[in-house]
Amino acid sequence: MSNANTESRGAQFLAWIDARFPLSKLFKEHMSEYYAGKNFNFWYVFGVLAIVVLVIQLITGIFLTMNYKPSAAEAFASVEYIMRDVEWGWLIRYMHSTGASAFFIVVYLHMFRAMLYGSYKKPRELLWLIGMLIYVALMAEGFFGYLLPWGQMSYWGAQVIVSLFGALPYIGEPLVEWIRGDFYISDITLNRFFALHVIAVPLALVMLVVVHIIALHETGSNNPDGIEIKENKDANGIPVDGVAFHPYYTVKDVVAIVLFLIAFSAVVFFAPEMGGYFLEHANFEPANSLKTPEHIAPVWYFTPFYAILRAVPDKLGGVILMGGAIVVLFLLPWLDRCEVKSIRYRGWIYKFALGCFTVSFLALGWLGLLPAEGIYTTLARIFTAIYFAFFILMPWYTSIEKTKPVPERLTWH
Amino acid sequence: MNLKFIRNALAVVALLFASSSFAAGGASPLHDKAGNDVADTASLQRGFASYVNYCMGCHSMQYVRFNSVGEDLGLTDDQLINNLMFAAEKTQEPMNIAMPPKQAEAWFGQTPPDLSLIARSKGADYLYNFLRGFYLDEKKASGTNNLVLQGASMPHVLWELQGLRRAIFDEVEYAPGQTRMEFSGFEQVTEGKLTEEEYDHFVRDLVNFLDYAGTPEQIERAHLGVWVILFLLVLLFFSYLLKLEYWKDVH
Repeated sequence: MSNANTESRGAQFLAWIDARFPLSKLFKEHMSEYYAGKNFNFWYVFGVLAIVVLVIQLITGIFLTMNYKPSAAEAFASVEYIMRDVEWGWLIRYMHSTGASAFFIVVYLHMFRAMLYGSYKKPRELLWLIGMLIYVALMAEGFFGYLLPWGQMSYWGAQVIVSLFGALPYIGEPLVEWIRGDFYISDITLNRFFALHVIAVPLALVMLVVVHIIALHETGSNNPDGIEIKENKDANGIPVDGVAFHPYYTVKDVVAIVLFLIAFSAVVFFAPEMGGYFLEHANFEPANSLKTPEHIAPVWYFTPFYAILRAVPDKLGGVILMGGAIVVLFLLPWLDRCEVKSIRYRGWIYKFALGCFTVSFLALGWLGLLPAEGIYTTLARIFTAIYFAFFILMPWYTSIEKTKPVPERLTWH
Repeated sequence: MNLKFIRNALAVVALLFASSSFAAGGASPLHDKAGNDVADTASLQRGFASYVNYCMGCHSMQYVRFNSVGEDLGLTDDQLINNLMFAAEKTQEPMNIAMPPKQAEAWFGQTPPDLSLIARSKGADYLYNFLRGFYLDEKKASGTNNLVLQGASMPHVLWELQGLRRAIFDEVEYAPGQTRMEFSGFEQVTEGKLTEEEYDHFVRDLVNFLDYAGTPEQIERAHLGVWVILFLLVLLFFSYLLKLEYWKDVH
């Protein structure tokens, strides 16, 4: 038992908690005695930024839900009520809309880091799969959330995407009716998308993020050299190339978070619409089922997949290829046959292939914003081919690539 | 940060800023910039007065409250009630119109759209050109048509100020053997109370008010943003120093 005379109140309180809940143990295991490579660079910041954005979305989302009305008759007006009559409502709304785009920027860069440093390779394949599930959940979250303002683009975007499921043979039409809850996008659809966006998918997201971090901590983090630091421990069992996550990475991440908040605030306060890419102009018109907008495009973070969908002349073919573009990402750990993790030591073939993949992903994103005609369709087809070639040819080019010798110790001490 | 990253980042930035224009309707031949300044309160006041006098017979602004405009534009409740509120009694009421929807459909084919957010969906430049794009067209019920929105059911309510004009179309060959009519200029038929320059100023003030009404928080938002960024920069400075201090032991 503790000596009540020599220990501080705080220490006694902590001891009381620890006897009932493993607080100190968890803190040591996951923060102060969790060791990560010393050489984390800028690419390693996006995981914690994703958590920051998740928290921003949850909190701003809760406050929006206090004033938003999920009915076709009142939704649009309730958003304007938030923007004009609720104190700081405009700030909460802009933080949420900017946060949605920020989430995808951060997550895409986070995934790209994994492709640079082989963070999806053994023993982190499951970590990658959980991350892919988070990505899919995030896309669903964005899709459901976008209907809620009930603007022209909300309505017609949902109309287009939901109708895609109708392309599936036999189950297509009943499935679409089941999703919509009605024969067309209506008040019923809005209400159920609200439920999914506000509780179902966020709950799944938070649980997946917890599982994601547990999986990460089980294997330990990767690093820019792709070296397993646990293979080289000192007399105390601490990796020689590792530093404790707390305080070293907590203090470093604070800098990254402040930098992120500067960029985030610049958008929120000076350009929340981002030229029509974060808040589309057409969405400031209430949904009208009788008037189709001139140009229906999804939000920018879905455009690469939209471009792939439209590249195929057949509706079902487009749906399958679009889905395939995401499914193929799940297979990455098994398509990549190279033993070397980090791009720093891999052959020129992989560097070239990754470069092609990056260019094609960005090009498809740009093409998805444009109408599907003429030269744009041709380009979309070319870049779709390159996108898939990156994955389909990977077992071949990664088994023949000439890698450089991987060092024993991290290259930045 | 290697070259590949910088190249990719630039591509992303370029993508974000490319073609960030509004999707203005098809082949409008008028491309002037509105050039309005939402910080110019006097202009907003003039625009508000113009809106209430010329537009509010048909166009509501259902999300805009009179007293919100009063607060932002420096108008007292008395000024609002005595000069700017014709169909409303209390200043907290929104700017609704008195026209019954059935009548509106009979007269115009549809209720004239609410203009609370028109500047956000169409853009100030589009609106500026729309209000300057009316011309005489005997084939239309209203007697006028609009270069920016062909077949617009809105009549030229500002005809007394601008006067009436005819639009001149020339037959132009744009491909071998294929011609089309292209707008080449206006011909003034009756004079208005304002000169062309005065009318442009009038429209600019009105569009300025529409711009403000669509996004009333924009001036306050920009002011706050400066302070937020300054605070964060100071925070960045100190958190970076803290990071350096901790990482001194790491070699």
